[in-house]
Amino acid sequence: MAELNKLTIAEARDGLRKGDVTSVELTEACLAEIDAAGVLNAFVHKTPEIALEQAKAADARLKGGEEAPAMCGIPLGIKDLFCTKGVASQAASAILDGFKPEYESTITQNLWDAGAVMLGKLNMDEFAMGSSNETSTYGDVVNPWRRGNETTPLTPGGSSGGSASAVAADLCLAATGTDTGGSIRQPAAFTGITGIKPTYGRCSRWGVVAFASSLDQAGPMTKSVRDAAIMLEAMCSHDVKDSTSVDLPVPNFEAMLTGDIKGKVIGIPKEYHMEGIPAEIEALWAEGTAMLKDAGAEIRDISLPHTKYALPAYYVIAPAEASSNLARYDGVRYGHRAKLGKGDGITEMYEKTRAEGFGDEVQRRVMIGTYVLSAGFYDAYYNRARRVRSLIKRDFETVFADGIDAILTPATPSSAFGLGEMADEDPVKMYLNDVFTVTVNLAGLPGISVPAGLDAQGLPRGLQLIGRPWEEGDLLNFAHVLEDRAGFVAKPGKWW
Amino acid sequence: MSIDIETARKVAHLARIKVEEDRLPALAHEFNDILGFIEQLNEVDVEGVEPMTSVTPMRLKRRVDEVTDGNQQEKVLKNAPDAREGFFAVPKVVE
Repeated sequence: MAELNKLTIAEARDGLRKGDVTSVELTEACLAEIDAAGVLNAFVHKTPEIALEQAKAADARLKGGEEAPAMCGIPLGIKDLFCTKGVASQAASAILDGFKPEYESTITQNLWDAGAVMLGKLNMDEFAMGSSNETSTYGDVVNPWRRGNETTPLTPGGSSGGSASAVAADLCLAATGTDTGGSIRQPAAFTGITGIKPTYGRCSRWGVVAFASSLDQAGPMTKSVRDAAIMLEAMCSHDVKDSTSVDLPVPNFEAMLTGDIKGKVIGIPKEYHMEGIPAEIEALWAEGTAMLKDAGAEIRDISLPHTKYALPAYYVIAPAEASSNLARYDGVRYGHRAKLGKGDGITEMYEKTRAEGFGDEVQRRVMIGTYVLSAGFYDAYYNRARRVRSLIKRDFETVFADGIDAILTPATPSSAFGLGEMADEDPVKMYLNDVFTVTVNLAGLPGISVPAGLDAQGLPRGLQLIGRPWEEGDLLNFAHVLEDRAGFVAKPGKWW
Repeated sequence: MSIDIETARKVAHLARIKVEEDRLPALAHEFNDILGFIEQLNEVDVEGVEPMTSVTPMRLKRRVDEVTDGNQQEKVLKNAPDAREGFFAVPKVVE
């Protein structure tokens, strides 16, 4: 089998089971690619010893009597937000410099139990706060895609930018990501890969560094919809260590990829035709709609009237939760502690530690969160935002009750932009990246980004499908049909 | 609602983040940009709408009130910047 690092999970699984390839061979191929791709800055902590040990164990298991799980022997990259025992896990923040957890996140444990292999930890925006992977203590991640023959470095999106870049550049077969407002789907769209955020509660949040607990969900970032189905199944579980983890059986998602969507109803929300969205994005959306119609789905115009208020509500709720969650970084129990001056007490220790340890965007959000939760403003900002959130969720419940099976939208308002291009803009401009994705987190729904074509500059563009709660299987099937019809096979030319 | 330099200083202190004096005007300006964006929420009629407490309609599970974990002092202290004699060490708190 040629170029093992380029395989999909499904191809590798089949090859491993047939004995055409070993996990050690797959792992060594990926490790070599990672070493040669330092310029992308995707992998920030490499774990070759762990990888080869896991790969050997996977090969032994594959030779054993029982059929090994689908993920057995598959080399993965893990976002730095996941706690991995004995391996640096610092959410791309200087405040967690040197932190090596004494425990393993439930999701990564599920993956290792299924026989998967950890190649290392992946770069991201600090504490998952960002849309361009420019807020990381490890530095920017570079998108393997370029505009035509230009050499301008582009963002892979964020916050799961390292995951997106690594999968798009074939440094690993797939990666874990997390999504609080679009952090799986936007980078997937910017790099021509598939990314699914499952229903809130499908994946355990235990051991995943918290940003905004009522919105955070993990999911896979993969080279195909089939791979997303395989890997998502391995990640999901009911977990008593996460009180919001759902106690529902995890279906065989791959078996639900029938390709048959005849008679299903796809909603096209009119509020997503937003001012300032490039004509190219509108055209892509229309093409995607036509593909689903051609596959036998009924297309229906729908209204989600509170869409406009999703981002403002998000920028109250997410910072509020972040300010509470990030209170734990105080220089006492783990990570960085500032050097103290003579006479400095515990308050100075907190203040200096957090000023040194948190980057600008994290500081900004923690302070916004502090403000909207402070006495006198709690009702005006925080409670109002939570009321608006109820209305946003109700919008979706209404259309689902009216018979809509899934909703098709663009994934992002633009293609990948240049690193540094947004540096002088006000923070709100960057927040608009999540305008199509953030509603899904507020409503707790599953959403998937599927690569659907290239723009005039040769950059990938994605479409988003939004599903009913807990019906990731149906959602993946819609995505599978879209993927099949769009026929996206482009890869970035290798320059790194 | 407009945030002045004094409010920015107060918020930074509440958040326990040291912000140098010369950074405060820019910080206040950024807060105002973000809060200006958030103000859009005032257009929405939220009369009679309950604030969301849980995005999925589920009851939190109960469990037996018993010790399930413990005796991990070494692991708990392992990542501390300053641990002594089985404790986290911090600057003097009580005069």
